[in-house]
Amino acid sequence: MFSSPTVRTSFIFLAIALVGLLFADIAITASNPWRDLGNFFLGIVTPNFFSSEGLMTALLRTVAFAFVGVALGGVAGFLLALAYRSLPVRMFCAFVRAIHELFWALIFLQFFGFHPLTGVLAIAIPYAGIFAKVYSEILEEADPEPGRALPPGTGIISAFLYTRIPDCWVKMRTYTAYRLECGLRSSAILGFVGLPTLGFYLEASFSQGLYSDAGAMLILFYVLIATMPLWVRPKLLPVYILGAPFFLGEGLPIVWGNVQRFFTEDIVPAPLRNGEGLAGLAPWLNDLMINEAMPGIWNTIVLTQIALVATGIISLLAFPLISNHFGGPIRRNAGHVALVIARSTPEYILAYILLQLWGPSMLPAVVALALHNGGIIGHLIGRQTNTIKLRPDAPNGINRYGWELVPRVYRSFLAFLFYRWEIIMRETAILGILGIYTLGFYVDSAIQNIRFDRAMVLILITALLNIGVDTLGRYIRRKLALKTMPTC
Amino acid sequence: MALNLIRKLVVSSLFCVTAVTASAETFVFTAIPDEDETKLVERFRGVADYLSEQLDVDVRYIPVKSYAAAVSAFRNNQVQLAWFGGLSGVQARRLVPGSEAIAQGVEDEAFETYFIANTTTAIKPTEKLSDLEAPMKGKTFTFGSKGSTSGRLMPEFYVRDTFGTKPEDFFSRVGFSGNHTRTLRLVEAGTYDIGALNFQVWEKELSDGNIDTDAVQVIWKTPAYPDYQWTIRGDVDERFGEGFKQRVTEALLNLDNPELLESFPRSGFIPASNDDYEPIRKTAEEIGILD
Repeated sequence: MFSSPTVRTSFIFLAIALVGLLFADIAITASNPWRDLGNFFLGIVTPNFFSSEGLMTALLRTVAFAFVGVALGGVAGFLLALAYRSLPVRMFCAFVRAIHELFWALIFLQFFGFHPLTGVLAIAIPYAGIFAKVYSEILEEADPEPGRALPPGTGIISAFLYTRIPDCWVKMRTYTAYRLECGLRSSAILGFVGLPTLGFYLEASFSQGLYSDAGAMLILFYVLIATMPLWVRPKLLPVYILGAPFFLGEGLPIVWGNVQRFFTEDIVPAPLRNGEGLAGLAPWLNDLMINEAMPGIWNTIVLTQIALVATGIISLLAFPLISNHFGGPIRRNAGHVALVIARSTPEYILAYILLQLWGPSMLPAVVALALHNGGIIGHLIGRQTNTIKLRPDAPNGINRYGWELVPRVYRSFLAFLFYRWEIIMRETAILGILGIYTLGFYVDSAIQNIRFDRAMVLILITALLNIGVDTLGRYIRRKLALKTMPTC
Repeated sequence: MALNLIRKLVVSSLFCVTAVTASAETFVFTAIPDEDETKLVERFRGVADYLSEQLDVDVRYIPVKSYAAAVSAFRNNQVQLAWFGGLSGVQARRLVPGSEAIAQGVEDEAFETYFIANTTTAIKPTEKLSDLEAPMKGKTFTFGSKGSTSGRLMPEFYVRDTFGTKPEDFFSRVGFSGNHTRTLRLVEAGTYDIGALNFQVWEKELSDGNIDTDAVQVIWKTPAYPDYQWTIRGDVDERFGEGFKQRVTEALLNLDNPELLESFPRSGFIPASNDDYEPIRKTAEEIGILD
């Protein structure tokens, strides 16, 4: 069994996670977590849709920010995809997508303030990096045959438009539509840092224990995402995209002097700003690395590795929920609903909810990351099993699961898992804002103390860590010859 | 169906747009989010109405999600007036030359932090923090917001000063609840053994009957220090007309609507100056929050 490289890799990662558990801070510190969880579910089943006057506006803003952000990110990403062969472009894209939307929002908040541009750019910039990568992969895979059939002297642009685009169009459209769903999630959580989207009200209701209000908001959000096929129609898209900028709200006017100040003063390391020169920089950087960056990196890695394995376990347990090979239609429909909820709820919101209920430790973060990511992978793997035809006399139940299905989907399961490794790490870092001691905690602390120089260095470190994990993930996938499609 | 939905969205959003569009020069203010948001919105909408009436300009309150967001909005001139805590006020005035503390609550001259503990910890209330070294050591502890004066700065100062060590090393777990109301709820529920909060929030919740005194009690009170204040930007006169700062100051000092004052809760507002907050600045520098 251990001769198989996929199995060996799995066990190595399992072992790393188990060792990580020894160092991790896993605890339920709330004295009555189950009562609180009960109250929360009571709130979900008794939703109050009329709590806040701003709720409908918030929902509208959530959609508007998602459309504008994803549209801008898509256009920019497409243009970058055309130049993706150049190394600087690839590095630029890897860098901008390694920084989470919330970090981008926190940066823009410092100089654009509560202007809609803050939210739009926070989505558009990282999305452009992701779009560029995926579009370029899709364009790369286009069949070169039609291009060779063209007469000599055909312009590059015509050739591109008539031979490559038609071949890639469906894939690009599917991916863009999928990204829009991600955009809605990103847009919703931007409210947690003060933009006028759903998260703003969700945070307020939750922190005050108004679970019926929070329940109503979550339900509306699920309905919004589940009904996307109904209201996101190709013919209506131009209307949405042109209309969305008018629904972002006014916010507060931008003062351009602030932008200049941010780049020329705020983010310049304090010793340089105060004229201490390079001699002062070393102790400053040293203090930052030892007291903030190192503990942050350590906790981020430990939490990521545990969450990765937990995600894997949840995925393997969850895929039978929607697989045709088990149970009847009722169970499958219930399974679909469960997985839709798991993957539609952003990790950040899940972690926020669980932290409120169980008290602060790494546990709520691990569970949130595993549920959300496990929901996504479980859904993809489950769908894949539906294309598998078993012999009529194939075993049933646990034997069918263990001997027939898991071995058949295991490689693509691993592929998805390693693809999501970097995504899990990006989320892990950001969950620090909620009070878990990952890198985001130190970034948030620096911002709370109005020390943007420190915050920027820490964000930079977070980005580099992400790029590192992304590279490692790709290396492992290549080594094991795993192929996957992108997920967000 | 989708078209119908769009039509509804368009109509409803038109309402929102018209509702927000105000005259060119709106006087905007904010406040640090130190308590439950509903309470803040209710309180500061009242203040906005009052100021609008007194000053004869449009006044708008915007809620923010963090202390730093309040400071940044003030620094970026997106708000011109703010209800800051001691520390956030010091941070803001350092960043905006010419800005001034113009009024504080009567109670803010001598503000206090209460250390509270869940009764299951069996920690006895005391006059001297040093008595609590043994009972508090190794317990779990929560501050309020990272940028709070009464919920973070002063309690951290006294912990370091009395026990000679960082809070992270003294307690087994240190958290930041986010605001004072949440600190109270978390200690009451036993999620944390001990917490530190703004004494006014405690007193108000106590008199409103919102505290289970069998579950949580005050174990120590800090010495008095200056806290909350209204801070205004130095350039408001240029923008809103000569003497505007003076008029805002007078309007705040004359605020005598009992309901509005009760919501703060303050018995009234008195003049303040930047120098009043020197002790806060020194403390913040001492524990390394301020450069």
